[in-house]
Amino acid sequence: MTDQQNDRSLEKYRRMQRIRQFEDLAEAIHAAGEIPGALHTYAGQEASGVGACMALADSDYMVGTHRSHGHPIAKGAKLRPLMAELLGKATGVCKGKGGSMHMSDFSVGSLGETSIVGSGVPVAAGAALGSKLLGNGRVALCFFGDGATNEGAFHEGMNLAAVWRLPTVFVCENNGYAVSTPAHATVPVKDIAERAKAYNMPAIIVDGQDVDAVEAAVSEAVERARTGGGPTLVETKTYRYADHAVNMGRILLDRGAEVDEWRKRDPLTLHRAALLAAGVAAATLDTIEQEVAAEVADAIEFARSSPYPTQEEAFDDVFVERLPIPDFING
Amino acid sequence: MAKATFLEAIRQAQMEEMQRDPTVFIMGEDIICNVFGTTTGFVDAFGIERVRDTPISENGFIGAAAGAAMVGTRPIVDATISSFLYPAMDQIVSIIAKSRYIYGGQPRLPLVIRSCLFYGNSNAAQHSDRNYSMFMNIPGLKIIVPATAYDMKGMLKAAIRDDDPVLCFEDSTCWTAKSDLPDDPDFLIPLGRGEIKREGSDLSIIAVAGAVPLALKAAEALAAEGISAEVVDPRSLVPLDTALILKSVRKTGRAITVDPAHQTCSAGSEIAALVAERAFDALRGPVLRVATADTHLPFSPAIEKALYPSPERIVAAARRLVAAHEPAIA
Repeated sequence: MTDQQNDRSLEKYRRMQRIRQFEDLAEAIHAAGEIPGALHTYAGQEASGVGACMALADSDYMVGTHRSHGHPIAKGAKLRPLMAELLGKATGVCKGKGGSMHMSDFSVGSLGETSIVGSGVPVAAGAALGSKLLGNGRVALCFFGDGATNEGAFHEGMNLAAVWRLPTVFVCENNGYAVSTPAHATVPVKDIAERAKAYNMPAIIVDGQDVDAVEAAVSEAVERARTGGGPTLVETKTYRYADHAVNMGRILLDRGAEVDEWRKRDPLTLHRAALLAAGVAAATLDTIEQEVAAEVADAIEFARSSPYPTQEEAFDDVFVERLPIPDFING
Repeated sequence: MAKATFLEAIRQAQMEEMQRDPTVFIMGEDIICNVFGTTTGFVDAFGIERVRDTPISENGFIGAAAGAAMVGTRPIVDATISSFLYPAMDQIVSIIAKSRYIYGGQPRLPLVIRSCLFYGNSNAAQHSDRNYSMFMNIPGLKIIVPATAYDMKGMLKAAIRDDDPVLCFEDSTCWTAKSDLPDDPDFLIPLGRGEIKREGSDLSIIAVAGAVPLALKAAEALAAEGISAEVVDPRSLVPLDTALILKSVRKTGRAITVDPAHQTCSAGSEIAALVAERAFDALRGPVLRVATADTHLPFSPAIEKALYPSPERIVAAARRLVAAHEPAIA
C-alpha cells in the first residue's frame, strides 16, 4: 500500500467508526428518552455510504434519505451539528427544524436528506443538470433504498438523468426491506440493478459490506458521469441492523437470526481485517477508534449544552425573509 | 412602450431575464414547439441547453428544478396547464416548499413554476382547474396571479429574480388582454404588493386573477346605477397585501370577494375571513363571496359558463349589499 492508499483506507475506517459510534450512542439516548421523534439508524450500512462518498470529490453533491445520519458523516460532516440536530437544538445542522430524518449538511455538498421515499431522485438529477449548465464538472450522487425503486419519482428521475445524460450516480442501498416488507414481496426482479436496463443505463452490483468494493464501483460510475458518459445505477447489497425506525419492529417484524448472520459480515469488522492483513498495526486502528469515541463524546456534550431554538425560529427559513410572528406567540 | 398581450408579456419577461442572467433557464413540455407563444425565438437566442423540452414527467422535471436551483441556477418551469401540477405535488409540497425550512435555511430555491388556468372553454373538469388556493395552504410557496399584461411582465421578472420558489398562475381568460409594456430591463413589480384597479367609495370588490376584468366591468355597470365600487387586485396571494385590502374595506365599509376558484377554501374565502376578522367594526354588511360553484366543470358549453363569476353576478351581489344596508328613511 502506498502512503496515499493507506491514508484513504484509514479515512474510510475512521468514517465508518464515526457512523457506528454515533448511531450506537443515538440509539442509547433515544431509548432513554433524550431524542424526540423517530430514530432511523444507519448501523450495518456504513460501507455503502462511506465507500460511495469516498469516491466523490469534496465539491460533488449528494442527496440522501430519511435514514440520514450516515450519509453526511460519510461525506465528511462534523459530528457536533448532527448530534445537536438529533436533540432538536438551535446549534443543529438544520437549527433543530429537521431532526433524525433530515440531517443534511450542505457544507459537505449534501442537497437534502429527504424523508419522502424516492423524492430525492429527481432532485439529484436536477443538481446534475444545474452543474452541467454551469459547467462546473460536479457530479450528483443519489442514495435511496430498494423500496424507493417502486416509486414514480425514481422512474422519472432515472429517465430524466438518462435521456439528458446528466452527471449522476444512483446508489441503491438495498438492505432487503422497505420498512418491514421484504424486497421479494414488492420488487419483481432479482436485483434492483436490472431496472437500469429500462433507462439504457449501465449498472453495477456490489457487496455493500465491503467498503473498498463499493468505493471501486462508485468510482467507475463517478468517472463515467464526470466525463460525459451519463448516469450509472450502483446497487449495494447491504443490511440495517436496527428496525426501520429504532424499536419499531417489535410490533412489525421479527427478523430473528437473519441479523446475526449479517453481523458476521459486519462492514467495520471486514475492513479492520483487511487493514490488518495489509500490514496496518492494530494500535493504529485502536487509536482511530479512541479518537472517534472522543469526537462522539464531544458531540453529545456540545449537543446537551446547546440551547433550544427560540420560538421565533419557527418562522424563519420558510422564505429567505423571516415571516411575521403572530400575536399569540409572544402576546 | 408598446401595446402587447399578456402572453407577449410573459415572453418578454422570460427573454429579458434570460438575457440578463446566464443562470436562468427554462424547461417544460413542448417549449421548443412553443404551444402558447411564450418562448418564441428562445432556441435561437439561447440554444437547447437553456431551452429544454422535457419528457411528460412533471414530478421528474419539477423536482429537477429544485435540485438545479439548489446548486446555483434559476430554473423557470413551464408546466403548461395548472392541472399538470398534480403529478408533481410531492416535489412541490415536500421538496420545493419545505427544503429551505427542514434544512434550517441552508439552501435557497430560486425557481418559478408557471402554469395557466385553462378554464371556460369546454376543456372539461380535468383541464379546467383554478387551483392556486390549494397551494396557499402550504407555507413556503410564493403565489402570484397577475391579471394584466403590465402586471404579468413586472411580476414575472420579479419572480425570476426572487430567491424563493414562486408559483405563477396565468389566467387564460386574460391572455389576449393588452397593456403598454415598459421596455426598461429593470421594470419590476415587487411580489406581495396589490393595486387598486379602480377607485370607489361605496364598496370594495377584491378580485383575483381573471376576476379582475370582470370586477372592472361590474364596477362600470354599478357606476351607471350610482354605486361607486372600488376594485382591489391583490396580484400576489402569498405574500398577500393585507394592508391594501383592509384599507380599502375600511374606506368603503362593504366587501365582496370575487374568485374564479371553487368557493370552498378559495383565495376569496380567505380574504373574506381576513376582512371579517380584522375590519369587522368598519363593515356595514356581510362580506359576500362570488366564486365558482362547488361542482366540477362540465364539458358542455350549455352548462359550463354559468358556474363561474360574471359581471352580472358581481353586480347582483353589490346591489344586494348596498340595498340591504341603506340607512332607514325616516
